[in-house]
Amino acid sequence: MKVVIVGAGVVGSSIARVLSQYEGLEIHLLEKNADAGMGVSKANTAIIHPGHEDDPDKYPLRAKLCVKGNRLWYQWTKELSIPAKWPGELMVAVEEEDMKVAEHYLELAQRNGVPGVRLVDHDELLQLEPNVNPNAAGALWAPTAGLMSSPMAAPALVENAVENGVRFHPETEVTGIKIEKGEVKGVETNRGFIEADLIINAAGLYADKISAMAGIDYFTIHPRKGEYYVFDDDAEPKVTRIVHQTPTPITKGVYVITEMNNGLMIGPTAQDLPEEAKEDTSTTKEGLEFVWEWAQKLVRELPPRNRVIRTFAGLRPEPPDGRWIIDAYDDPWGFINAAGIRSPGLTSAPAIAHYIVEELIQGKLDIKLTRKSHWNPYRRVFWFKTLPEEKQEELIKQNPAYGRVICMCRTITEGDILDIIGRMKKMGIRTISLDGIKMRSGVMSGTCQGSYCRIRLANIIARETGIPLWKVTQKGEGTEYGIGDIKVLLREEVKENAE
Amino acid sequence: MQNEYDVVVIGGGPAGLAAAIKSKELGLNVLLIENREFLGGIPIQCVHPGFGLHYFREDLTGTEFIHRILKKFLDMGIEYHTNAHVTEIIPHSYRHKILKVVTDKGILKLMAKAVIYATGARERHMFEIGITGHRVAGIYTAGEAQTMMDIYGIMPGKEIVIVGSGDVGLIMARRFTLEGAHVKAVIELMPYPGGLTRNIVQCLEDFGIPLYLSHAVTRVEGKKRVEKVIITKVDENLRPVPGTEEELECDTVVLAAGLVPYLKVIEKAGVIIDPATKGPVVNSYLETSVPGIFVAGNALVINDLVDYVVEQGEEAAMGAYEFVRNGGLPALRWRKLVKGRNVRLLVPHYVSDTKDVMIYARVKKPEENVKVRFPEIGKEIRLPFVKPSEMIRIKLRKTDIAKAGDKITMEVVPNE
Amino acid sequence: MSEVRKFKLTCIICPLGCNIEVIMEGDRIVRVTGCTCPRGEEYAVQEVMAPKRVVMSVVKVKGGMFPTVSVKTDKPVPKELIPEIMKELASVEVEAPVHIGQVIIENILGTGANIVATRPA
Repeated sequence: MKVVIVGAGVVGSSIARVLSQYEGLEIHLLEKNADAGMGVSKANTAIIHPGHEDDPDKYPLRAKLCVKGNRLWYQWTKELSIPAKWPGELMVAVEEEDMKVAEHYLELAQRNGVPGVRLVDHDELLQLEPNVNPNAAGALWAPTAGLMSSPMAAPALVENAVENGVRFHPETEVTGIKIEKGEVKGVETNRGFIEADLIINAAGLYADKISAMAGIDYFTIHPRKGEYYVFDDDAEPKVTRIVHQTPTPITKGVYVITEMNNGLMIGPTAQDLPEEAKEDTSTTKEGLEFVWEWAQKLVRELPPRNRVIRTFAGLRPEPPDGRWIIDAYDDPWGFINAAGIRSPGLTSAPAIAHYIVEELIQGKLDIKLTRKSHWNPYRRVFWFKTLPEEKQEELIKQNPAYGRVICMCRTITEGDILDIIGRMKKMGIRTISLDGIKMRSGVMSGTCQGSYCRIRLANIIARETGIPLWKVTQKGEGTEYGIGDIKVLLREEVKENAE
Repeated sequence: MQNEYDVVVIGGGPAGLAAAIKSKELGLNVLLIENREFLGGIPIQCVHPGFGLHYFREDLTGTEFIHRILKKFLDMGIEYHTNAHVTEIIPHSYRHKILKVVTDKGILKLMAKAVIYATGARERHMFEIGITGHRVAGIYTAGEAQTMMDIYGIMPGKEIVIVGSGDVGLIMARRFTLEGAHVKAVIELMPYPGGLTRNIVQCLEDFGIPLYLSHAVTRVEGKKRVEKVIITKVDENLRPVPGTEEELECDTVVLAAGLVPYLKVIEKAGVIIDPATKGPVVNSYLETSVPGIFVAGNALVINDLVDYVVEQGEEAAMGAYEFVRNGGLPALRWRKLVKGRNVRLLVPHYVSDTKDVMIYARVKKPEENVKVRFPEIGKEIRLPFVKPSEMIRIKLRKTDIAKAGDKITMEVVPNE
Repeated sequence: MSEVRKFKLTCIICPLGCNIEVIMEGDRIVRVTGCTCPRGEEYAVQEVMAPKRVVMSVVKVKGGMFPTVSVKTDKPVPKELIPEIMKELASVEVEAPVHIGQVIIENILGTGANIVATRPA
């Protein structure tokens, strides 16, 4: 049986990984970008939510799959060597009356079966989080909350899925869906037709377009923008826990976290954009000011503003009524939507994948699947900087590239980068891009933001892929590092004058 | 392999090379460590002249300047490692530091009596200067653009907007123009240009490049690559004035918005930082607050001229020599150098009357016909003008320093 | 009576940057004002009569440590020739080794100035 998954974000990649556990499937994972996870999955708060924020009556799937996803990520991040940590989360009641809101979420936690959630008073709150606003009344404490390196997630999932037989097609954009007699037959792409008995739509912000190609056009996905600040990894003070505030009817406020590279991060905003603004990941003055203002209410103190090393914005795919559109259809048979996967989408992705494979494919569509006798759950990677010294010595002896530190802010070596390039090639990536390596390593994301190391990285990519330096791209075609060799413009002038 | 040294110099640019040469001349056992695959630091990519007027009394290009120093360094047979990165400096005792160095030949554990930190500066990037908008291709720091063009021989773009009118920005405006690109504008936040008059004339006026004073690039727009920038006037507090936005179409943004000392490793070793210079607090031996760790060049304070950088490298070497020879600097009565009227930064922070001291300072705002005064020691120097972009360099005699109590103030006052 | 022309320029001799005005009648300088030293006056006359600049760039190099070698004119050349000189350099490619000071192009465009390497390759 042939399966096409449209979109290699964290949802599509998770589905590919879960499906790769079964025999007799030819799985094609299609991605329009140069790499997996370059859209929605890359830029978010990266929280693995506990699962007590969704009302099971209003959002049954969100409520159910978030709690399950939280558990699954605990296992998956280990299997796939995705950096993760589990600091727990405090929903802070800034004012006394906010404790009532916290109580409401405690109730949801009970109904959703979230372990360990309880109310804490002012004194315990300050013990759990010394940098919280000292005037806060108390908080709801959810110890199962985690954080992960979300840019690494989709690439790691795909690497593992490919290891288990999935075929990855980057820079492959779906332009149409072929349906005959009410059944899907395959997808048209910029690289030709791919046959399919099952098509799973995990196209993120574009899931409405893909769904419409299959004739299911009752919904639209609009982008919701979230803007963030990231501080340098030595900017103090930080927070020990994931901190946010009790939501109000007007705003959910913002999160304050210490992200996986150990820098404080604050955000996001939640600005609804028109449906067509699906690429607008620009930051705005207003949005960033909002983030700063709300973060300040939440903590005792933020690091000075001049310690900010990055601002960014990401888009979340927002379905019409907040409900995920996860379903298999009778007409066309074989088409499955995983659309509008807004928050808690990252957390739930593994659970969504299991839901689709177990309850939709095997359940609703009644397709019998058999587990493989051998399936490799592991993606083993290492970082030079985290190894014990003897191991480092050994690696340098094997390959001196491990002794060349390319990114000084994050201590990433040429050997680490060569490993990544090797894995990218193996995974089937056509364009080894600067961002592809950044997502997998954190290079160019430290204090210098690439002003020192980007050219060194570009030189390595040029050498390893045999292209001129200027043709190395940030993230695929149209984002080249340069426009030609140093004399390209003068030669053009000479030529023009001669004509 | 030997692993004990009198001095380990970190950084193979002009400050580090000069420090290593001087250390060797003073008879110290010295090792130099450089992160990149070649020695020379930033001047290797500076093809323009204006280097060496003080130090060699000749007008050289950056490349020529550094090769003179480099030749001397290599001729002296000083030990060095390229492709080597110091990950840690641990103050082991008052007299020794342990350094962990990752190199492509293995991991080195070094014991050094003194360390001279000369790692230079990093460039401020778009997120530090409040630029919002799209994070697309076509945005470079000036140094990165210079490396691309003048080392690796590739052209970053065609329609260029440069942010910052310091010498770096002006020189890049000329470099881009010479190679056939169109520099649409240089945008300067301050109400006056940041660079030397000579560079305003020869880099901008020669080519008719417009300079926008009191303007900021507030936003970058583009889908995959830069398509335009939004520039905005700023008020006297340097805040954007709403309603003054203007669009400039371009495919490339070059950020020459200033440098910051790059100090990751010694910050972890406990060195105290001066918020004004963003470099370490030092005494007149250029020793930081961690005994035996010295600092020089742009890691100490952002300099205008490579000549000063070299001078500081030599000074730090002399400090290291004192430290190594005597097992530490002598117990001294330090006088604090205090910033007075119109003085924004001042290095070193503490001086003693054991030797003459070169001090480096910058003013807050431009002024004409002024006196630089040191009231506690009765010293006065008349200057026709002062500008924030031009470092003031004055030698204080030890006999003068001896006159002061516990502090020496430097102030810039109108000359009446 | 020949035409009277005024030139306004900024002196670059020292960082003071005097605003100098040069008044010419035909091709004769009649007055220089605004400068505060004789070197400034000399500069102003030179700038008005025959401005000159040192040109610097890089040219491509084969087999060197870097793909380029930096070059300059070994003396100032007439300002108006700069674009032509740059176009000449666009098609130059040299072979390593190149030593610092090596002449890459002799007497470029008849200016009497040589293009010389300012970095080894």
